[in-house]
Amino acid sequence: MIEVEKLTKKYAGITAIDNLSFQVGKGEIVGFLGPNGAGKTTTMRILSSYLPATSGRASIAGYDIFQDSLKARAHLGYLPENVPLYTDMRVGEYLRFRGSLKGLSGKKLKIRVGAVNELCDLKLVQSKLIGNLSKGFKQRVGLAEAMVHEPDLLILDEPTIGLDPNQIRQVRELIKSLGQQHTILLSTHLLSEVEVTCSRVIIINRGRIEASDTPENLVRQLRTSGVVRLEVKTGEDNPIPWLGNLPGVKEVHEFEEDGWRNCAIRIEANTDLREEIYRLAVERNWTVRELTRDRATLEDVFVELTQTDT
Amino acid sequence: MRRFFILLRRELASFYYSPIAYAVLFFFLILNGLSFWFAVALLSRGPSEMTVVQAFFNSFFFWIAYLLVFPVITMRLFAEEFKLGTIETLMTAPVRDWEVVGSKFVAALIFYLSLWLPSLLYFLIFGWLGNREAVGFGAQLWAPYLLLLLMGMFNISLGCLGSALTSNQIIAAMITLMLTISLFFLTLINYVINSPSPLVKGISAYVAQLDHMDSFSKGILDSRPLVFYPSATAFVLALTYYIFQYRRWKT
Repeated sequence: MIEVEKLTKKYAGITAIDNLSFQVGKGEIVGFLGPNGAGKTTTMRILSSYLPATSGRASIAGYDIFQDSLKARAHLGYLPENVPLYTDMRVGEYLRFRGSLKGLSGKKLKIRVGAVNELCDLKLVQSKLIGNLSKGFKQRVGLAEAMVHEPDLLILDEPTIGLDPNQIRQVRELIKSLGQQHTILLSTHLLSEVEVTCSRVIIINRGRIEASDTPENLVRQLRTSGVVRLEVKTGEDNPIPWLGNLPGVKEVHEFEEDGWRNCAIRIEANTDLREEIYRLAVERNWTVRELTRDRATLEDVFVELTQTDT
Repeated sequence: MRRFFILLRRELASFYYSPIAYAVLFFFLILNGLSFWFAVALLSRGPSEMTVVQAFFNSFFFWIAYLLVFPVITMRLFAEEFKLGTIETLMTAPVRDWEVVGSKFVAALIFYLSLWLPSLLYFLIFGWLGNREAVGFGAQLWAPYLLLLLMGMFNISLGCLGSALTSNQIIAAMITLMLTISLFFLTLINYVINSPSPLVKGISAYVAQLDHMDSFSKGILDSRPLVFYPSATAFVLALTYYIFQYRRWKT
């Protein structure tokens, strides 16, 4: 659906994106992650034909975005960051205007506007001025507008920014349900959202792709070490040297709470020492209340890949 | 072409939705009413060489209304799209750049022309109820309106240029006012310079809006404005088109 080849964009003196190449297949929901200023918005603006690239090629649904821009745009629904809308128009009027601009007319227009109104729950605000709507409603008007012409591809730039947790959940559900018919490329800072909704994640930093894989694989490949949590009563024993002597343990932190000792045991990557720790506890006759391994999250991956050199 | 008309409809709607349109219309009516009143008052002083139409279109109030209206009409056109960021949704829809520039220009022109309609009504009613001869016949009546269209085209294209240069409507209005006023005062070069050279005379004959109106309102059609204003409009619109693209690509 999207093919990007060696895309580069330079602003006066700054390279915003640098030799970017990636593909997005039909029906995928791809999360586009990266710190602020990494080049996410620039990439999305180029894909939506708003900005020209300095060099490289890109195509949407088989249409080159520079040579066949109008056709490429007809297959695309784009929701920019901050959702710009005409504040002097009414919701229904705006959707009809945008629908007809994107090539719908007559009965088809009526059906599609009705459908996106239903999907985004805009029935009640049809005749309200967009300028008077709350942030959440504006966001939904923007989403409705992006998909009014049934585009094959939706590009959403931070669709959940500025929404409250309930609204975020609603938008997330909406995006998930859209994924069945549309290909979606979305950028966001909410990593938990990406873990739930996206089938693939592309992480970019300083204009380059750092990683591109499913969220599960990314977490699995995380190079940082894991942590095992142990909550025990050890009687006379001091658990720190005992645990520290186990092969594969890097570091042990401990604090006491209500007579229980809470240990955070940092272990080497891709190992699991829970069995060994349990055996040690049995051997030393410790009472174990909790023994868990902290699961690495996408957040850890993100931090690892995009942290400035430390 | 279909998209051009969709855009044009939206631009026109946004003119008539805004309260500014009605404020403009109101002051316009007052100024037009004043110049019409003076034109008619002229007749009560006895026989006159001038028709009412001629007196109307060469009055001080007419020129004030005419010159002040362009920045007000055009300041919003592009500046607001840049300010709101709606330029991004607009240009990522399947529309061509010239369709956007063209629809904005034509919408502003239509709004501008609609401002002059009441004055046409004054003359028709005056001719019907009062003295048909005092209004004038044929070209004496419609030629000034043709010139209003021609000069309006040019000044609105300057307004489009001013608005495409900035995201701030006030600045856009100032740029437009500066451009239109300074071009208007080029007319006066002939009167300021003692015995102007033929070159200066020749140039000012093309841009002299005061002189054009003087001859058109007598029913005399000069071919120079017929050529100059459309071609100057096309030039300024092309400039606007490139500036619009350049600004979009720079962001």
